[in-house]
Amino acid sequence: MTNGKIRIIIAKPGLDGHDRGAKVVARALRDAGFEVIYTGLHQTPEMIASAAIQEDADAVGLSILSGAHMTLLPRLMDLLRQKRGGEIVVFAGGIIPEEDISALKSSGVSEIFPPGTSLDVIVRWVREHVNPRGVKT
Amino acid sequence: MVIDPKQLEELRQARRQWEATTLRGSLEQQPERAPRFSTLSDMEIARLYAPDDLPAYDPARDLGLPGEYPFTRGIHPTMYRGRLWTMRQFAGFGSPEDSNRRFHYLLEHGQTGLSVAFDMPTLMGYDSDHARAQGEVGREGVAVDTLEDMEILFRGLPLDRITTSMTINAPANVLLAMYLVAAERAGYRRDQLGGTTQTDMLKEFIAQKEWIVPPRPSMRLIQDMLAFGTRELPRWNTISISGYHIREAGATAVQELAFTLADGIAYVQAGLDAGLAVDQFAPRLSFFFDCHNDLFEEIAKFRAARRLWARIMRERFRAESPRSWWLRFHTQTAGVSLTAQQPQNNIVRVTLQALAAVLGGTQSLHTNSMDETYALPTEEAVMIALRTQQIIAYESGATNTVDPLGGSYFVEALTNRVEAEAEAYIRKIDDLGGMVRAVELGYPQREIADASYRYQQQLERREKIVVGINEFAGPHAQPIQILRIDPHVERRQVERLQRVRKERDSRQARRALDALQRAGERGENTMDRVVDCVRASATVGEICDVFRTVYGEYKEPAII
Repeated sequence: MTNGKIRIIIAKPGLDGHDRGAKVVARALRDAGFEVIYTGLHQTPEMIASAAIQEDADAVGLSILSGAHMTLLPRLMDLLRQKRGGEIVVFAGGIIPEEDISALKSSGVSEIFPPGTSLDVIVRWVREHVNPRGVKT
Repeated sequence: MVIDPKQLEELRQARRQWEATTLRGSLEQQPERAPRFSTLSDMEIARLYAPDDLPAYDPARDLGLPGEYPFTRGIHPTMYRGRLWTMRQFAGFGSPEDSNRRFHYLLEHGQTGLSVAFDMPTLMGYDSDHARAQGEVGREGVAVDTLEDMEILFRGLPLDRITTSMTINAPANVLLAMYLVAAERAGYRRDQLGGTTQTDMLKEFIAQKEWIVPPRPSMRLIQDMLAFGTRELPRWNTISISGYHIREAGATAVQELAFTLADGIAYVQAGLDAGLAVDQFAPRLSFFFDCHNDLFEEIAKFRAARRLWARIMRERFRAESPRSWWLRFHTQTAGVSLTAQQPQNNIVRVTLQALAAVLGGTQSLHTNSMDETYALPTEEAVMIALRTQQIIAYESGATNTVDPLGGSYFVEALTNRVEAEAEAYIRKIDDLGGMVRAVELGYPQREIADASYRYQQQLERREKIVVGINEFAGPHAQPIQILRIDPHVERRQVERLQRVRKERDSRQARRALDALQRAGERGENTMDRVVDCVRASATVGEICDVFRTVYGEYKEPAII
């Protein structure tokens, strides 16, 4: 029953207000038994990194549809590393063109879920790749 | 169908007979594909619609004639036989120069109106050099910081012959002022300018979520615009009451309709509270709807929308001018229905949606491009989308007659049902104290989040099918070419903004901003002061900072 202990932050970086995906994914993860905290809209990388550290999150899921992902996501990854949140697993979804995926992954984002991904795929991925911090397997 | 009781009984008898014999035999041989059939929004649909499904239906009262109350069949007597809808592709990206080129391109290819998309920092009232603008400048629309940007954006365009729609809400007053001053400098009078500012803040709080100040002061600023527009701009639609974003956020068709009309009710009330007479400003209110995949549900939605709004305006607000009763609307095909997988299929989806909008009687239409799940559209993709409209207009025959589906038992029954369900929602919102209060309580936000989650679960269970996603998936089509925003746009935009700030008379700009602040604090109409700020080359961010100072910033309670 480690599920109950896994804490996930769902965040909307940047200025876009398209929060349908973020909310649907947040609910699905909650229904799957994870503890989910939704930051709300218009978050800067600094706000997300602080929330992740303060809430002692095991994972951060980002939804971004504004095209600003190449600026905001690498900055968040840097901040997490600086704040010693390096083991926090970060995944993302939204309008992210395929050719940007490898650059985002090399900045430290673990997985990108393209439009049309089923909730089941996301939930299974989180189960397989996120562990409560400190109990890494 | 105003059927007499004897005839109704005969029809029902015949139906029972058919069910017991013909139908029963057929079902024994070939059962139906599913136990239940429903629309995209999950409204259950019957096997067959016949006259006895419309027992209380009175064509004189419920259908009427086109161009007459309650306008179920359309607001104009001849509809597309007289004039086609305005083909209006939403465009805007990168720098004002980039977007100006795209506007010229679209007009040269037969588009008949402009529709401007602004970037996220502009929508939120931040300048391009604000820390929160980094990475966002020119990405989802065009960056506009000062009057100079607006002048470049519309350079060489015949502003007296085209109409311009601007998707701008929280800083709508600022962008409208910029448009007026830019047009004035190019030699146009205010009464020559036709177009629309979206200015629909309620749907921002409900769905689109680009805001600056809280709901009540937002309504206050909208009142200022309504009064100013009524006085100064006879051809301008000051508010475009928008269901599009509500639907895209996951609402059902009924919720889209109900919440949009409830927003409309709140704006009419705001105009009345500002001391305007209903027939003075109601004719300049226009609407904007989404058009999704379910052909008949959408057609019913548009027909019900016209009838409901006409009744609301006449019965609730006692409007006397038929133009106040009109629900004029723009339609955009459903962005949310597009798939990244097998993107060419999107052309077909858009065609069906555009056809529904036309069969529903739209006044103007944007058709999405197939590549929009990846990025803003390329010129080639936009061209296919525009050609789709032209094929419907000139080849399909859908424009030959008014309201071609009027009188269809199914469409009339569905129109009645959508109307009744939307009315029930509007009553609920009235009971909560009106839409401003409902928004503060998070009511529409929660209803939409629930509907969106229900739909996603239906997809997961494959109760709803999306071709290429949960059925008929793969093989992956060839990747399509997508539009990349020039990475130097942000730097160049910031340089121009900083040059304008350096070159302007900064004392004049400061004085104008101070005068705006005083007007806001005293509760005076702010619009003329905003125009003064724009003339003094104050920036979008500086003007919006005044509003932040006077009214505070909105923070949404996060609801999942």
